[in-house]
Amino acid sequence: MVRQVVGGRREVQWARKAEVFTFEDVVVERAGRRALDGFSAGVPSRGVTAVSGSSGSGKTTLLRLCNRLEVPTCGRVLFRGHDVAGLDPLRLRRQVGMVFQRPTLFPGTVADNLRTAVADAGRERMTVALERVALDGSWLERDATVLSGGEAQRVCLARTLITEPEVLLLDEPTSALDAEASWVIERAVRDLARSGVPALWVSHDRAQLARIADRILRVADGRSRGLAIVGAETAETPDAAVGEGA
Amino acid sequence: MKDLVSVSGLAVSAALVALAAAVSLRWRLGLERQVLLAAARALVQLLLVGALLALLVEPGRSLCWSWLWVAAMIGYAGDVTRRRAPEVPRIVPLTVAAFGAAAVVTLGVVFGLGVLPLTSRTLVPIAGMMVGNSMTATVLAARRLVEELRDKRDEVEARLALGQPSRRAATPYVRAALRSALLPQIETTKATGLVFLPGAMTGLIIAGVSPTQAVLVQVVVMFLVLGAVATTTAVVALGLVRRLFTRDHRLLTLPRRAEARA
Repeated sequence: MVRQVVGGRREVQWARKAEVFTFEDVVVERAGRRALDGFSAGVPSRGVTAVSGSSGSGKTTLLRLCNRLEVPTCGRVLFRGHDVAGLDPLRLRRQVGMVFQRPTLFPGTVADNLRTAVADAGRERMTVALERVALDGSWLERDATVLSGGEAQRVCLARTLITEPEVLLLDEPTSALDAEASWVIERAVRDLARSGVPALWVSHDRAQLARIADRILRVADGRSRGLAIVGAETAETPDAAVGEGA
Repeated sequence: MKDLVSVSGLAVSAALVALAAAVSLRWRLGLERQVLLAAARALVQLLLVGALLALLVEPGRSLCWSWLWVAAMIGYAGDVTRRRAPEVPRIVPLTVAAFGAAAVVTLGVVFGLGVLPLTSRTLVPIAGMMVGNSMTATVLAARRLVEELRDKRDEVEARLALGQPSRRAATPYVRAALRSALLPQIETTKATGLVFLPGAMTGLIIAGVSPTQAVLVQVVVMFLVLGAVATTTAVVALGLVRRLFTRDHRLLTLPRRAEARA
């Protein structure tokens, strides 16, 4: 990617379109404290990019910027080369699905939850969404409020997937889950990545990073510490990843 | 007409205030001073209001003064709501708009359709009951909605992240807030006549109006209050949704009650 972005303005633009998200000198300030402080990086539009860093380093904020649940104080966030500030936020959020750390199901059945995402979803479509997270159609009539943490998170992922997002954002989705539920979610996201749906996955777990990530975006003190290809010895610097035309 | 309550009668009834103060003293509640102050304040306020009302209802007095009184009541209600619900952002203009809407709807029906004659003697008391009775429900709806959206932020953001517009994402919480504000009023309406006799009706009966007429007036007042509560709470809830979300469908950070007061 470094080689793609150093050749001039047109190539920089091309490189940005090849990135699913580009962060350009992003600052997010809350109550006088900077959650992100001049963050610059590019996220390739394929595979699973893990976001890693200590607590409070700005990882969750980074994800929330991608679907405009939060907006930067200054700087820009680009989605496939377009500034998200200029995109319709509702359309963007359906393109960029998000799974949160805490599984949050709405009152009602599993089917009610899936229909919250797609109001006219039929039984077949809902069953397909559940099968992607190793559940089946028999779960549709279950009361969503009594599911275990692992089951609830799987339904949350199914609820996001039923909207057929182009990209997935996952904010430590397995941090409170048992090994089996974690494995199901990891496998579902890997399968999606293989089928062309890239994912941006926040995780603390080193073993999980090794299992799921194609590359790791390291975040510290609200700044990018580089994008490392897993297994490769080289790491791309944040400045190079964003390019000089920012 | 002979005065129903004389000055000496009023003084005798003050013994009941002394009784309340005595209970506070006996149980060391520390409320006796507040009891006396509250009673004295109510007496002074009501005497002032009575004097102003006497001026308003004088024959030949323009109805504009009564409308001005109604406008002042609505403005004051906005201020009271702000003090009771400091955690609700920019609530004063919202409540003023809500009470204004309720006044147009309810007073429009009661006076516009000829249920009661439009005079100073009817306008001010009826508008007073409308504002006074719907104020508690309005505060309740506003506070409950802010609490719901603040405490269930994860749920709200999960809905937003699915691409729901803010108004739709807020609907379950608006529904909960409106239910909690309307249910007490519905319960009160159901219990009227069985558990308690309402003030307007008893006042009319004591003043010598026939019980049937007093009941009819009371029923009109109850319906008016029910309509006003529904209108004010709905306007406040919908207005708050517009204020608590940004135009690009993000939920603002909502302070807790203690933080709002600080």
